[in-house]
Amino acid sequence: MKDIPITRTPSRRGLLKGIAAGTGTLAAAGAFPGFIQAQSSEPIRLGFQLHRTGIGAAYGRWYERTAQAALQVLNDAGGINGRPVEILFEDDGTDPKRGAEVVEKLATQGRCDAVFGALFSNVVVGSAPRAGELRIPYLVCSEGHHVASGITNRWTLQPGITDVKSQVQAMAPWVAANLGKKVTMVFPDYAFGYDHRDFFTAAMEAQGGEVVELIAIPPTETSFTRHLPRIPSETEVLYHVMVGPAVLTFVKELGEFYGTGDHPEIFGFIDSLEAVDIAGPGLEFLEGTHFWEGHPRCLQPGASEHETFYRAAVGVDDNGASVSDAREVSTYAHMFSAWETLFVIKAGMEAAGYQGPDDRQAFVEAIEAMTEMPLSREHPQGDKVFNGRTHQVFGHQHISKVAEGRLEVVHTTSIEDGLYPDEVDYTTQPF
Amino acid sequence: MTGHRGAILGLHLGVIGVLAALYFVLPAYHVSNLARIMVLSVFAMGYNIAFGYTGLLSLGHALFFASGLYATGTLVQLAGWPAGPGLLAGIAGGALAALAVGLLALRTTGVAFMIVTLMFAQAGYLLILYFGPLTRGDEGYVIDRASRVVAGLDLSDDRTRYFAALALFALALLACLALVRSPTGRVLVAMRENAERSRMLGYDPFRYRLIGLVASGLLAGASGAAYGLMFGYVGATFASIQYSILPLLWVLLGGAGTVLGPFLGTLVMFYLVDLSSSVTTAHLMVVGLALLALVLFARKGLLGSLRERALPWLP
Repeated sequence: MKDIPITRTPSRRGLLKGIAAGTGTLAAAGAFPGFIQAQSSEPIRLGFQLHRTGIGAAYGRWYERTAQAALQVLNDAGGINGRPVEILFEDDGTDPKRGAEVVEKLATQGRCDAVFGALFSNVVVGSAPRAGELRIPYLVCSEGHHVASGITNRWTLQPGITDVKSQVQAMAPWVAANLGKKVTMVFPDYAFGYDHRDFFTAAMEAQGGEVVELIAIPPTETSFTRHLPRIPSETEVLYHVMVGPAVLTFVKELGEFYGTGDHPEIFGFIDSLEAVDIAGPGLEFLEGTHFWEGHPRCLQPGASEHETFYRAAVGVDDNGASVSDAREVSTYAHMFSAWETLFVIKAGMEAAGYQGPDDRQAFVEAIEAMTEMPLSREHPQGDKVFNGRTHQVFGHQHISKVAEGRLEVVHTTSIEDGLYPDEVDYTTQPF
Repeated sequence: MTGHRGAILGLHLGVIGVLAALYFVLPAYHVSNLARIMVLSVFAMGYNIAFGYTGLLSLGHALFFASGLYATGTLVQLAGWPAGPGLLAGIAGGALAALAVGLLALRTTGVAFMIVTLMFAQAGYLLILYFGPLTRGDEGYVIDRASRVVAGLDLSDDRTRYFAALALFALALLACLALVRSPTGRVLVAMRENAERSRMLGYDPFRYRLIGLVASGLLAGASGAAYGLMFGYVGATFASIQYSILPLLWVLLGGAGTVLGPFLGTLVMFYLVDLSSSVTTAHLMVVGLALLALVLFARKGLLGSLRERALPWLP
């Protein structure tokens, strides 16, 4: 038989103890949701590997502005999963060694959830191995074919800009049909140039055209005069792509070489004239020539509302220059990739229910699962298709003609024009 | 100096010991930085043998670093060699490049030597670009993680990489110490101080300078080969003029002709760039100002000045 406890009136001391304990429990209970709240509302930290100095500085300045503008829009709309987002910008000097160190710094010291923003191919290739070792998502904005070629790793993705192989393949049919089938290529004698040489040559041959001469310009060259006589007279299209300020000399010397006489059609990549005023002195010879543009620098008639929103948010006028200084021309053809990549990060993190670094793998898998990216504020350059196996996105390309110092779009490729067979399936690789 | 043998050995072993202990104390970011710094300071130690001890002001050491990097990278990634033999080939690559350059460039001295070595390094850089289909030029290529295993040690693992870097650093440091305290090392210093007087004493300057340059190239090659395997990237940037100037700055900063100076210089320069780049875009100006201060107040570098003022026994 059990004793039945006798209910007694609580003593004053016991009452005080109870109140103290109760108050403590209540306080603890009050504090705990506060702790949960602090955990879930802690900002998501993204690292931006920025070419603030070095050869990529002109791009870096605009990539930073674009990312800042996108961040503002993103946070105004509630951030990611309701959490605010911070971006830590760190200069890599456009150097592959420093690039790897910057990824490390952002990942370990900056405690970033993901890193994005790199443009120059050597920085991407130099940094990707370290990102893979650190198991941090590394989203590049480079247009190089490195990611889709399979030389990087499961943690490296390019969801914001089409790669160069796709770009040249998409444009070759229009060039062959409208400008000519016999092409002479002038390109820098290093990896970026080789991508153009190899992919465009193959694409032209597929169109029944041919590359009649390849002129590789050594990177140390300061004058092109001795190379220009190598352009065969049968050339119908002169294809040029260059990096850096050498293009100004190239165009000037090309003008002197042909004078006012007949010259082949000229098709170039805007890369060499990004951040350069195309109506500037010395570039008159470009009038009537054609350019590839990832995103049309000059506002086109009938531009989408998303395009005008993006342009205003970044602070770019109708001619592609800064709204605060018309002489400061943007890197418009490429910089949308920083904007779109940030919104892909948002979509990926929300799809993965991202909470913290433990969910990085789920985040990468969520991006791999993406396919359609419709034209929207998040994707103002145009709709896109993402290939999760190759970690590469495919979008529309534009061919523009220089008319009275403005770039007017004369042709826009379809996404299908730029698709090619997969060269890698990252989804079969371990994390 | 012989009276300080214990202190000298204790100091150098102590530095190695402290570096080993730092792995357990420092946050991950600094651990990884130190691994890089230790590997790169082997490059600086190599430069120091040529410049600090033998008096050869070379502007072409990027070639020796890149020879090691590319010999290892090409054989491991492109030819499928195991990483161990690839590493040895990289070390040999640096020494052979130095031997080839030395046989020609050591016919000159002073400014002419600087120009000739610079020219060779530029030729090497352009050669890498010329063979773009193989080397991927400036973009470079990645060494697969699976290929970065030496004697069962996975160099892509943080802990393994740190201690592999420390082992390489310790080996190079003790080898430098042994060299500069050996009779050969003393002749190298004699070449720096007065080659003609040394010749009069029966030492052939060409031969000893070649020994100094090959030893220097060997360490630079070892550093390049190890860097490729530890960090998984091979690119032409490492053969550019910048990587000929950097070891010169590291050595000048730390103290030319001191055994620990190259490490100290590499360490200080790394953190000078790292810390200042977080604050200003003009981080190279910060580095420039630091070097100006060095020239004005400590011409012999940090350890060189310390030796002059307080520790005359410092090797």
